[in-house]
Amino acid sequence: MAEQDFVRQLNDDHGFTQTRGWSETFHIDFLLVGLLMILCCAGLLILYSASGKDMGVVIRQSLYMLVGFVGMGVIAQLSPRMLMRFSPWMYAGGVVLLLAVLFMGIQSKGAQRWIQLPFIRFQPSEIIKLIMPIVVAAYLANRPLPPSFRDIAVTLTIIGVPVILIAKQPDLGTSLLIGSSGAFVLLLAGLRKRLIFSAIMLAIPAVFVFWQFLMRDYQKQRVLTFLNPESDPWGAGWNIIQSKIAIGSGGLYGKGWLQGTQSHLDFLPESHTDFIIAVLAEEMGLVGCLMLLAIYALIIGRGFFITLKAQTLFGRLLAGSITLTFFVYIFVNIGMVSGLLPVVGVPLPFVSRGGTSLVTLMAGFGMLMSVHTHKTFHHRMR
Amino acid sequence: MPANTLKDHKAEQRIVGTRVWLSLFFMVVLVFVLIARLFYLQVLRYDEMSTQSEENRVLLQTIPPVRGLIYDTHGKLLAMNRSSRSLTIVRERAGDLDQLIENISTLVPVTDNERRRFDQRLRRRRPYEPIPLKFNLNDEQIATIAVNQFRLPGVEIDADLVRYYPEGCIFSHSVGYVGRINDRELRTLDPALYSGTHVTGKIGLEKYYESILLGKPGYQEVETNARGRVLRVLNQVPSEPGKDLELYLDTELQKVAIEALDGRRGAIVAMDPKTGGVLAMVSNPSFDPNLFVTGIDYETFNGLNKNIERPLYNRATLGEYPPASTIKPVVGLALLANGIVDKNTRIYDQGWFQLPGSEHRFRNWKRRGDGWVNLPKAIFRSNDTFFYNQAGKLGIDRMHDFLSQFGLGRRTGIDIGEERPGLLPSREWKRGVYGQPWYPGETVIAIIGQGYNLATPLQLAEFTTILANRGKHVQPRLVKEDMPDIQSPDWGHDVDVSDEDWDLIIDSMEDVIKNPRGTAHWRIGRDLKYRIAGKTGTAQVVSIPQGEEYDAEQLKEFERDHSLFVAFAPIEDPQIAISVIVENDKGAANVAKTIMDHYLLPRLNPSLTNGLSVDEALKAKVRN
Repeated sequence: MAEQDFVRQLNDDHGFTQTRGWSETFHIDFLLVGLLMILCCAGLLILYSASGKDMGVVIRQSLYMLVGFVGMGVIAQLSPRMLMRFSPWMYAGGVVLLLAVLFMGIQSKGAQRWIQLPFIRFQPSEIIKLIMPIVVAAYLANRPLPPSFRDIAVTLTIIGVPVILIAKQPDLGTSLLIGSSGAFVLLLAGLRKRLIFSAIMLAIPAVFVFWQFLMRDYQKQRVLTFLNPESDPWGAGWNIIQSKIAIGSGGLYGKGWLQGTQSHLDFLPESHTDFIIAVLAEEMGLVGCLMLLAIYALIIGRGFFITLKAQTLFGRLLAGSITLTFFVYIFVNIGMVSGLLPVVGVPLPFVSRGGTSLVTLMAGFGMLMSVHTHKTFHHRMR
Repeated sequence: MPANTLKDHKAEQRIVGTRVWLSLFFMVVLVFVLIARLFYLQVLRYDEMSTQSEENRVLLQTIPPVRGLIYDTHGKLLAMNRSSRSLTIVRERAGDLDQLIENISTLVPVTDNERRRFDQRLRRRRPYEPIPLKFNLNDEQIATIAVNQFRLPGVEIDADLVRYYPEGCIFSHSVGYVGRINDRELRTLDPALYSGTHVTGKIGLEKYYESILLGKPGYQEVETNARGRVLRVLNQVPSEPGKDLELYLDTELQKVAIEALDGRRGAIVAMDPKTGGVLAMVSNPSFDPNLFVTGIDYETFNGLNKNIERPLYNRATLGEYPPASTIKPVVGLALLANGIVDKNTRIYDQGWFQLPGSEHRFRNWKRRGDGWVNLPKAIFRSNDTFFYNQAGKLGIDRMHDFLSQFGLGRRTGIDIGEERPGLLPSREWKRGVYGQPWYPGETVIAIIGQGYNLATPLQLAEFTTILANRGKHVQPRLVKEDMPDIQSPDWGHDVDVSDEDWDLIIDSMEDVIKNPRGTAHWRIGRDLKYRIAGKTGTAQVVSIPQGEEYDAEQLKEFERDHSLFVAFAPIEDPQIAISVIVENDKGAANVAKTIMDHYLLPRLNPSLTNGLSVDEALKAKVRN
């Protein structure tokens, strides 16, 4: 009781909240939940069209969304301190799972990404997605900022191990996302500009090594095709050409919901997974795309607000990384579908079909809420 | 944590804060890049992209025309289109191809050859196109595939119209055949007309009348999905089927003619002198044109092509043989028309002829000679010496000019592409080819149809027709109706010779058969039911060295003489003119007689056809 009073006083001192509101009680950020719900509804509308009016797909997706919201709420209840404390164990567990995938995973479509348990099959890389920003943030939050060379080296190792393991599966999109979520923590932690510059210089030989030793032929083919899609118009270039046509033919206002011919006549492959933005662009035009981007922008804005308002270094690093990673999802996906970036398998958050990434994303937002609503954490530690 | 105690929280929060604002700035920049990209595609390139989208959606499909049919003179089908079902595989939907073909082969046999050809096609086609594996499935095979369709992903049964020649090898050389368009043809054929058509006429009528038989393709605008599957037809222009051809060829007569050859190599051309219509055209041995339609395999083709009997070769229009004595009636007319001989001119034949100042003896075929010989006897006895004697007086120039009026030495212009001109030698020709002058001795052998002379069986039939018509030229042709798009050359001019001279020559030709001393009398001249005018001929394949006895037994089969015979009948109203060549064997006259009997006897005796005309009777027979 006394402790609670103490907490309230401290809160008052910081002027964040006058009283302990609904948000703190349930550890839920209602603004974020509202924005995500709007996004989910928009996503379901596009998915309905992209799947060829398949109600089954829409219902399954909304069930995943339901699971995602519940998961988000549950994760929001975990305090950042707990996440921080258990992060080394979570990380170790995640790496073990990735190794397990490499040696005894299930193969499907040329990739080995899944682990089969008696009743469920899952992708450990999805779990790493959540663990990575936590473990890097936890590591750096305990060190003086800006990080020393030694800290940077340790951090890069922490990031590198799972990234390489996932790239080996092979799953270029996911390893990219995971790598960047870790790197963002490092960037936010005040990595010196000189180091960023030298990292870029280092990246050039790294790209070479990556290309030469780690990338599979089909991945190389994707990059080559991206550089010149017309070189293989019936094969790997097909997706890029068709999605550009879909986007471009949408024009300013689009062909109307459910009226897109590119997707409905099957010209656009993967129209309801990674390439779903092309369906929106074709049917709703530039206006529709801008509206979707606006919703994303609001969510990202809220994420940064939470980042800036977070009371602990760990909270700031974690929230910032989650927000930035969310942005990377959007940028890479739209960039690749519109032909700006090579095709890597990155879904469009909350719109692309698929439960796993949805639930993972929601869990990430759960952590964001946890950072935002467990405001006493920093002071309790004292 | 020792490090913790040293931490400057305010400073650290500041660092992170700066970085957040910095990344926000970069994010805004990147978002503008995205928006710019979308603006570029959706606004600046909108026109281009929406056109492409429309092109994606609407596909112009060709409706291939139905190829025209070919009928014989009585309406019997010689070339038709048969519905053929083929088994095709869409690679995109097939999954493991090897496994799939393995599964298929447990249901219907798949030969190594079919598999090899499938693999060849596989490399050229798009993944969503159906690629044929097996053609000509029968009903049972179709049913087997249909029942097992569920475990054969990507397997489809396609229906196609395939050319079929129901008479097989009977008409392969005249009707010809169609085959798959090859690379060379692809460059010359009009792609608009051949879109949707995989075959084109290769030889014979199928090639000559290609533009008539082909028809015009139609088009339909269809809405398709990305796999090219048609979802909806938007607009349709139907195709125009090709025109049918009705021929003068008579299947029954053709079969009788082939039978009369009794398996020997040879050629036969029978014509109706009134129309020039070709009633029968035989080149034996022959081949099955159906082998070529869906693509002949290399071994089979090589077998046909390398065969020593040359079944692929159309002897009737491409075979150039020395016309030998068969041109004696024409030469006789030349002598009469040029005033060199009259009916009373006679020479004494002791069996040979010598040019003045030369030791060389030109021998008569009958070495002991025929005694006193005039022109009619020279024709019915086929006496060589008589003609040798006239050679110098006629001369090569006048001989060439007169004989060319009968179509020798140039293409007849028949409606088959594959035709050779034969050779009617002349002074100019020899200078052009050999750079040498014409020697008098060459006229001596040319006048009996040997030497440089070459003629196709079709040309022999053509000049026989002109004889039958007493000078009136008719163009040999296979198709009854004139086709406006096809211009067949017509060089023919009527030959102007007096009635008296015609009578003399035709009477002499009748004596070839009727006169007991005529060269064909003992073969076909007894028990005649109608009047035949004819002429025998024997073409040397190897020249017999001077002074040696000819012995067929000693010569290898392919070096034996060819037997020739030309004839028309009945003399008073010629209804059929015929030329027969039997390679390396005797008996061309018998072959001709068999054919003429078959053709003429029902026509001359209406009681055989229940009072119907022959045409009506045969048409009725075809219908039953």
